[in-house]
Amino acid sequence: MINVTDLHKSFGDVQAVRGISFAAADGRITGLLGPNGAGKSTILRILYTVLKPDSGSAKIDGLDVVDDALGARRKIGTLPHGSGLYPHLTARENIAYYAKLYDMSPGIIDERVQTVIDQLDINEFADRRTKGFSQGQRTKVSLARSLVHEPQNILLDEPSNGLDVMATRSLRELIRQLKAAGKCVLFSSHVMQEVAALCDEIVIIAEGQVAMHDTPDGIRNATGCDDLEDAFVKAIERVEPAA
Amino acid sequence: MKTIFTVFFKELTDNFRDRRTLMTALLLGPLFGPILFAFVINLSVSQSLSNESEALDLPVLGQENAPNLVAYLQSSNINIVEAPATRDLAIEAVTTGLHDVVIVIPETFGADLAELVPATVEVITDQANTTAERDTRRARRALQAYSRELAAMRLTIRGVSPQVMRPLNIDEVDVSTPSGRSAILLGMLSYFFIFALLTGGMNLAIDATAGERERGSLEPLLCLPVKRDHLIFGKIMAACLFMAISLSLSLTCFYFALKFMPLQELGMTPNFTPLAVVIAFLFLLPFALVGAALMTMVASFTKSFKEAQTWVSVVLIAPTMPILVVSILMVRPSTALMFIPSLSQHLLLVGLIKNEPINALHVAVSIGGTLLIGAALTWICARLYRREGLLG
Repeated sequence: MINVTDLHKSFGDVQAVRGISFAAADGRITGLLGPNGAGKSTILRILYTVLKPDSGSAKIDGLDVVDDALGARRKIGTLPHGSGLYPHLTARENIAYYAKLYDMSPGIIDERVQTVIDQLDINEFADRRTKGFSQGQRTKVSLARSLVHEPQNILLDEPSNGLDVMATRSLRELIRQLKAAGKCVLFSSHVMQEVAALCDEIVIIAEGQVAMHDTPDGIRNATGCDDLEDAFVKAIERVEPAA
Repeated sequence: MKTIFTVFFKELTDNFRDRRTLMTALLLGPLFGPILFAFVINLSVSQSLSNESEALDLPVLGQENAPNLVAYLQSSNINIVEAPATRDLAIEAVTTGLHDVVIVIPETFGADLAELVPATVEVITDQANTTAERDTRRARRALQAYSRELAAMRLTIRGVSPQVMRPLNIDEVDVSTPSGRSAILLGMLSYFFIFALLTGGMNLAIDATAGERERGSLEPLLCLPVKRDHLIFGKIMAACLFMAISLSLSLTCFYFALKFMPLQELGMTPNFTPLAVVIAFLFLLPFALVGAALMTMVASFTKSFKEAQTWVSVVLIAPTMPILVVSILMVRPSTALMFIPSLSQHLLLVGLIKNEPINALHVAVSIGGTLLIGAALTWICARLYRREGLLG
């Protein structure tokens, strides 16, 4: 469960986030949709506590990301934008390193690592060094790494970037599995089709503000557009440009 | 604590598999010093003492004009060889480098001697040619000795003691020990060791910030429920271990390299026993913390691995500055100087090589002061690691 209330963040003169509020519930897939530079990554970075908001608050399972950053981080699994691996470690070692840093007890680490390796279907290259992995392989390993501690909340920043059709499909399948398991999944994207195919709820972000927050059907109705892409364009046009 | 060790062991595994790190830490750093040093020593040996005991081949023009002088030269370990036929040819031979030095004895030599007029002997040489300098000096010395001998004979004939020509008897007492003389040349050893030490941890220090960021592994790492301080401590510890390995390899290489250097011939007997090697290791080791923290700090401001390498190379040079200043000013070790990292290690090492008694206070201040500064720098690194700007 993720609650964001009136979040603001500026970098110098640039107001990246200007009063964002939304909630992402357990057992649902929430998509952060917006053009490049809308502030999606900044919101996610605040949620996984590497950036501090100027004002407003964000809570993960009730834990404030500023006051209890460590507690909040325990509740999340993240796939930051352009997530990188350690090239001299094998896929399995990369995942196990994170498991150790999540402070999992040594007895169950091997078992949990194998579980996520099965879950993401990466047995084939699990014991190879990750140097030279394809983008699809890297994303899968990064995902496995962020799921190894069974987090309740999963934050994915443009996860399908650079993936081919098959890899995108298996990513969607995984996200649906996580939803079925009652997890709270929040992911950002600028690709309309992807959001439409997956999300229960869509938060459209433009110019650092929420342009619209509804179910895909609700958005179609509100904008009077049948096509989600037209609806998206209409929704972001409603937002005034940043000063 | 657990986090620190998790990071520490991961960094070790990672870097022991990285060919680039291994090359610089275990090959370049430790070998650079000994190779350069052996080169310099051998060069200076061949320059300064080469063949002082061997006969000097000296071309003399006009030998027939001064048979006694020629005989004298021959008796002082000089081989008289055939010179170019004329004075002009001799000058040309020296100019072209065919001969380093040529002695020309004019025809008037014998007559001048007989009349007690100063008899001219020409020493043709090229002052700009440094390799000729040694031979020239030897030839001139032999001629002067002959001149003194003649003067003494002339006085004796006239019933004057040659002693009147020597109002002063200058006696130099050199108190430097063979170990002490080594220190001048071996002073640069300390920099080689510090260089080896720093290169050992260079890649790890860069990797902690710039490397992780470039690879995109920094952001997910910072999303983990661990304190950032612990991440940076683990990384600095791993860098220190690599530096210690690099340093011990460097010291070992030197130990064996010194055995093959003709130091005794230079009048040097450095105290570089296995025990001294171990002590030197302990003296130098605290500097690893300063170096690791300093390089991590510098790297954290850079945008990429390449940029970091450029700036961190500056850190490699920084420790030479205090050493250089002190070498020029010829400062004696003092307790106050022991607070300065790199300089204190240098002074302790020089003392050790000179085989001077170890000053316990100096050692304590050096180790304590260096570790303290290292801890302060590590703390700054941890602060920098907490910045939002770290993600770039």
